[in-house]
Amino acid sequence: MNISFIINNKEVTVDVKDEYTPLLWVIRDHLNLKGTKFGCGKAACGACTLHIDGAEIRSCSYAVKFAAGKHITTIEGLGNEENPHPVQQAWIEEVVPQCGYCQSGFMMATAALLKENNNPSDDEIDDAILNICRCGTYYRMRKAIHRAAELSRDQKS
Amino acid sequence: MSKKISRRKFLVKGGLGTLGVLAVGTAIFRNPIRREIIDFTDSFVAPYLGTGTEANLWFEITKHNTILLHSPKVEMGQGTFTGFAQIAADELDININQIEVIAAATESGIVDNLGTGGSLSIASMWTILRELAATTREMIKLEAAKKWGIAVQEITTKNGIVTFKDQQLSYAQIAENVTEWEIPSTPTLKPFKEYTLIGKPIPRIDLNAKVFGAPIFGMDAEMDNMLHAVVLKPEHIGATFKKANFTEANKMPGVVKIIQIDDWVGVIAKSYSEALAAKEVIDIEWHIPKKWSEEEIRSLITVGSGSEMLVQKEGNSLKKDESFLEIEFKSPLGAHAQIEPNGAVASYKDGKITVIISTQVVGITQKQVAKALKVSTEDVNIIPTFLGGGFGRRLNTYHAIHAVQMSKAVGQPVKYFFTRQEEFQNDMFRPPTHHIMRGKLNNAGQIENLEHHFASGNVATESVLLPNITNKILGADLGAIRGGSIHYNGIKNRRAIQWHKPLPFATSWWRSLGLLANTFAIESFVDELAIQGNKNPIELRLAEIKEDEEGIRLKNVIQKTQQHTNYSDKVKDGIAMGFACSTDAGTPCAQVVEVSIIEDEIKVHKVTCVMDCGIAINPDQVKAQCEGAIIMAMSAAMHEKMYIEDGQLQPTIFGPYQMAMIKHAPKEINVHLIQGIDKPGPVGEPPLGPIAAAIGNAVRRLTGERLTEMPLKLS
Repeated sequence: MNISFIINNKEVTVDVKDEYTPLLWVIRDHLNLKGTKFGCGKAACGACTLHIDGAEIRSCSYAVKFAAGKHITTIEGLGNEENPHPVQQAWIEEVVPQCGYCQSGFMMATAALLKENNNPSDDEIDDAILNICRCGTYYRMRKAIHRAAELSRDQKS
Repeated sequence: MSKKISRRKFLVKGGLGTLGVLAVGTAIFRNPIRREIIDFTDSFVAPYLGTGTEANLWFEITKHNTILLHSPKVEMGQGTFTGFAQIAADELDININQIEVIAAATESGIVDNLGTGGSLSIASMWTILRELAATTREMIKLEAAKKWGIAVQEITTKNGIVTFKDQQLSYAQIAENVTEWEIPSTPTLKPFKEYTLIGKPIPRIDLNAKVFGAPIFGMDAEMDNMLHAVVLKPEHIGATFKKANFTEANKMPGVVKIIQIDDWVGVIAKSYSEALAAKEVIDIEWHIPKKWSEEEIRSLITVGSGSEMLVQKEGNSLKKDESFLEIEFKSPLGAHAQIEPNGAVASYKDGKITVIISTQVVGITQKQVAKALKVSTEDVNIIPTFLGGGFGRRLNTYHAIHAVQMSKAVGQPVKYFFTRQEEFQNDMFRPPTHHIMRGKLNNAGQIENLEHHFASGNVATESVLLPNITNKILGADLGAIRGGSIHYNGIKNRRAIQWHKPLPFATSWWRSLGLLANTFAIESFVDELAIQGNKNPIELRLAEIKEDEEGIRLKNVIQKTQQHTNYSDKVKDGIAMGFACSTDAGTPCAQVVEVSIIEDEIKVHKVTCVMDCGIAINPDQVKAQCEGAIIMAMSAAMHEKMYIEDGQLQPTIFGPYQMAMIKHAPKEINVHLIQGIDKPGPVGEPPLGPIAAAIGNAVRRLTGERLTEMPLKLS
């Protein structure tokens, strides 16, 4: 069956056999956008985090049927080298990634947080960012989140 | 003296100069296992091990005048590609934007048969890589000299350009027309002060790829006409295949084929979701010889049980009738829990095999696949990708074989990766450990005896990375003893005795091997001795270090830590400091943690880390390694634990397998680097050593309780 949605500002229609297929696999295998990662398949690690209508979603556990008609943003649509999103800019400034595998998910979670709260406290970051990074980049990540918030505020003003 | 190498020994791509300069430096092919075995575990920096004497690819000059380095080591986050780029670019006389690094595939490049691990990538390649790069630069200069009919000494090189007076040519312009390269004898390396990239904290060269979501990982790989596969493996420890009915599963949509080999079943389908759905309806029965319990597994790993090995013997042993302090410590079974699952994309066609894979052992995987599929190694091309975490897990990537077997069964390329449950239940775990520390102070308040009796499952034993002979000689497990000896060389009477026993499931390399648990036991105990003797724990340690080469460096990191933190063993405003140190693989590291108890939980606010790893090729990335190692070790020390329930390894998902999240990470981590030797030393593992003991030592000051078991919890 056909399901249509807008992904990274582009309208697409995908033909899926099972409407309960996790959105993650439709994005990775049908649309060939590999920036959104598989980590656990149980919404426990956050590697597959993306935005649906601006809200943070763990796409490994989100049936593609629910995405119909909605706006999806993945890491590829968040920004690019010429025009990075403040979160990506901050991640570059703080040189956050090590292996890098979980980082898309963290950046998407951070971008969603900053949309709600462009000056999060440390406690608010602790409550909102629940992804897992095995390389242990959390120390730089916290600095990058504060920096991204600052860049977001600058952009607005 | 120059020696010529024939045209056919070069691999040429796109008409541009692809340089195979393997003839450079005979040191490259030295046999590695020719040293004192004990060195291997403590300070051994293995020489680089090439794949053979055939000309292969190191540097490739592209038409854009950039140079592609085919790295014999893989990038798993540790920053090796960035370090290699800095090292090579400085001798190549190119700028950092002119170099790219990719992991060498077995077919086109040179891979390291020792794999990527042991914190050795930079240390082992430091001289060789500079020699290769310098030789390549000289080769380019020689060609320019011939072209211009001048002496090579008159040519200068910078930013990938050769210059003679007002004439200039790019490296690419020169390489374009060369049909036969002349290889000079290895040139003298530049003096250190002329390096402009080595030693500089430049951003990682893979930063943009990782920030903008580029498809660089094994999980992102694809092949044309590829099918998707999942595998069904037994969930119980030691279980084997008995029988199965695939009738229902074969009827499921998208299923192409279901195969059973040994103790696994492969489901190959048109999509991942379809393969997974079919796997769910397979009716399978396993033979479960025994349902292991947690208590049984734990009891296997006990001091006094298994094979005994005297690792260290200085002076006398404590006698049973003496009075001394004795404390037992334990660490649990730990998972690697790297976020990118293991997997492979494989193609088997007419006896030729290609595997794209996240692996730390490219050469070993090639041999394993060739052997299992009964083809020659030359018919197997292993293409390594960036790794979504390594941590030692990918020193065992035999699942490449399964992917190839499935491809062979369907006659199409197959992509296969582990589910998270499969990942947890088939990890090659960090084994649990048990330690008995014994020691006493003399009348002068100095440590008279210190003994570490410890038990572990396999780490290095049975690993394909080490010749079997090494274990037979030693009787001990070379990995499990890492950090197990007592480095306080001023203590007259020292013992380290290892007890070793394999478990009924695989345990293996986990970043820093035995260091994490061994240092926890030793450094917690030394702290307790200081308390018993009413001594400042840092002063007590310093008094027990003799100033030989290693002692001087260890003392230095300890004293610097003391200075940076104004260490005090008194609790102030509810915050206590905890100190610990270790020397791992020749790299001394000391840490002070600042800890308080908040709502009955241990909270680490700040970590100060001083490490002497010699020359830091990229100080910012060395610091990143320290920060990450500290957090990974904290996660293992405070949160993580696998257990056995009803004969199965549990848990099988993140969450129940508790790991540090951003809320658990210290808000401040200050890393200070010291250069105590004039070469780069190991970095990635040494900083995992001290943290667990440092936390325990702080908690002891806060609550009076000595924490003796990881994960560390208040009683």
